Amino acid sequence: MSEIVPPEVRPKPAVPAKPSHVAPPASVPHMPPHGPGAGSQGSGGGSTLLGYVGIDTIIEQMRKKTMKTGFDFNIMVVGQSGLGKSTLVNTLFKSQVSRRSSGWSRDDKIPKTVEIKSVSHVIEEGGVKMKLTVIDTPGFGDQINNENCWEPISKYINEQYEKFLKEEVNIARKKRIPDTRVHCCLYFISPTGHSLRQLDVEFMKHLGRAVNIIPVIAKADTLTPEEKTEFKQRVRKELEVCGIEFYPQKEFDEDMEDKSDNDKIREAMPFAVVGSDKEYQVNGKRVLGRKTAWGIVEVENPNHCEFSLLRDFLIRSHLQDLKEVTHNIHYETYRAKRLNDNGGLHPISSSSDTQESNL
Amino acid sequence: SLGSWWLWRFLLGFEKGEGVRAVPLSGHVGFDSMPDQLVNKSVNHGFCFNILCVGETGLGKSTLMDTLFNTKFEGEPTQHNQPGVQLKSNTYELQESNVRLKLTIVNTVGFGDQINKEDSYKPIVEFIDTHFEAYLQEELKIKRTLHSYHDSRIHACLYFIAPTGHSLKSLDLVTMKKLDSKVNIIPIIAKSDAISKSELAKFKIKITSELVSNGVQIYQFPTDDETVAEINSTMNGHLPFAVVGSTEEVKIGNKMVKARQYPWGTVQVENENHCDFVKLREMLIRVNMEDLREQTHTRHYELYRRCKLEEMGFKDTDPDSKPFSLQETYEAKRNEFMGELQKKEEEMRQMFVQRVKEKEAELKEAEKELHEKFDRLKKLHQDEKKKLEDKKKALDDEQNIFKQKKTAAELLQSQAQQAGGSTTLKRDKERKK
Repeated sequence: MSEIVPPEVRPKPAVPAKPSHVAPPASVPHMPPHGPGAGSQGSGGGSTLLGYVGIDTIIEQMRKKTMKTGFDFNIMVVGQSGLGKSTLVNTLFKSQVSRRSSGWSRDDKIPKTVEIKSVSHVIEEGGVKMKLTVIDTPGFGDQINNENCWEPISKYINEQYEKFLKEEVNIARKKRIPDTRVHCCLYFISPTGHSLRQLDVEFMKHLGRAVNIIPVIAKADTLTPEEKTEFKQRVRKELEVCGIEFYPQKEFDEDMEDKSDNDKIREAMPFAVVGSDKEYQVNGKRVLGRKTAWGIVEVENPNHCEFSLLRDFLIRSHLQDLKEVTHNIHYETYRAKRLNDNGGLHPISSSSDTQESNL
Repeated sequence: SLGSWWLWRFLLGFEKGEGVRAVPLSGHVGFDSMPDQLVNKSVNHGFCFNILCVGETGLGKSTLMDTLFNTKFEGEPTQHNQPGVQLKSNTYELQESNVRLKLTIVNTVGFGDQINKEDSYKPIVEFIDTHFEAYLQEELKIKRTLHSYHDSRIHACLYFIAPTGHSLKSLDLVTMKKLDSKVNIIPIIAKSDAISKSELAKFKIKITSELVSNGVQIYQFPTDDETVAEINSTMNGHLPFAVVGSTEEVKIGNKMVKARQYPWGTVQVENENHCDFVKLREMLIRVNMEDLREQTHTRHYELYRRCKLEEMGFKDTDPDSKPFSLQETYEAKRNEFMGELQKKEEEMRQMFVQRVKEKEAELKEAEKELHEKFDRLKKLHQDEKKKLEDKKKALDDEQNIFKQKKTAAELLQSQAQQAGGSTTLKRDKERKK
């Protein structure tokens, strides 16, 4: 049973006729002892604090709790070698968080099969702690025959869902189930200027329903603005034709506001980005950029490339949503399928090998 | 800024045994907006909070709720003649700035009114378990929608203690003991304006010591977060809160305040010298509402879930079969259950068919008998008829013979009369022959 009972609107107290021997009253509003202060008004209007209960303090309470526990975020980068994946991630997080920087050299041989390498760091900003895990996929698309090279990636993603599921179904469960699921997969498109490669389409087709894919056009400083616009349009068209939905997926828009925000983003994707961890002086400011003979490409200049758009979208507005879509939709899909499979009780195996990959 | 944000390098264990290195940021990234992003999503979904009020009739439970939430919830005061304890729950939608709260208040109706109160706690425990069960069922579903599930689990139980001034009643101890592992209990002394200040202090001490000696675990306001540790630990020392509720306003000085007016003075609800109402409101709503929800989920619900699953026969056995033991057993049990269900259905069907056949046979028998009876009767009837006809015929024959005889005799007579000596004639005729 549900009733809509708005808090009572209290009428303003009538000013009494003052008795002759009493001094004129000073109006002192009744302050709640530990209230959050501004912004807490009874929804009926009227006197400001007489009707105040303090329900809206739950926002602060929740914020405090989440800051105490910290966040996990797991981002995977997929693309042929040389597309600047590690640099981009380091630029995004303004920190040496990618595999390359953790003791790997650029002379490492390209592996013969796709490997999954993950590395974690803790970063802190404004009191907020985040454990960021970057999952690299060296070897993807680098072979002569790249058939099914997405399979190890698919397997890895499913393994993380499986790990989470195992923990979830325990009788005695951990207070906080460790979350290694891939929240976001940055897919690097080569800036050919023509169209998507077959490999790109195949990858996104196979994995688009299992993980949030954000396609980006890598090394976009090789495209002029016009080429960029055309390329993006072609890519979007192609993805639409193939029925591939990248993040943010239309079907998961929660309400009209969401939809209109996300529509704008979808129209601008895939973002054409440039990454760099080097700083240069431009117009008296130090900026991140790439120095060429014909000028300096400023990474965070929206006229030069769309890095800022990507960063704002990925980190400043949709970081939590990426996690929620992963948890509420992709994970649930995996779980439902798993529980439905009669006898789906054997360990995960890919078609080519039956060994579980170890990290 | 592009200045240097240096964190000293140390190993942070986010998971047991796993060291993860901290790295410094060389500029503003922007993930410090994460808490805001999370909070915004929660605000969009809305919040729910469920309070259970346990206490005897007449202790002012409804009034206190009205006072706490500054509104008039519906309801008539209950009578004292309830046959048993019932739980009545009502849900309200409240809003303050951009926060929408679905508040559910559950009241125990008739608690403490019966002569025999041995089972009084049972409906309460059942109620709490029912809502845990509902959540568990949702969680175990294959296709589930947990993120939009309306959480009906009880987050806080306000236990109303009668202001006798002496000690807890045994009903109180028994009930709280049964509830303390299932819900966050906040004990309060109701209608505390009935007790004087000095008696109140003694009363509180007595209650607290009784709770401790009986091993009743009441909710402790959390002290692990520095920002609230101090106030929470102070408040823990003030339990049980002595409260007074009132929705009526009285003019004190130049303000209208919530109060209860007596001939000898006015008890002001929000005056901390008069009662602990403000403390209760602070703790329950303004400081620990989120913690109450979290404890319900991570402690009480987990305990229920664990016990329930163990009871159903699930086990976390060896690490190899661990991932699937629950699923497997669940699946196996489900199949077993379905199999049994099918078997039962089949049995019932068979039985039904059997019964129908039997009935049919019975009816046929009866029909046959009836036919036979009918035939018999018919035959009897025919026999009777024939007998009668025979008799009639016999009678007719006799009659005819008689008639003939009679006619013959009459003829003879008339002949004999005609010839006086007709007889001699006859004799002569006869002699001549």
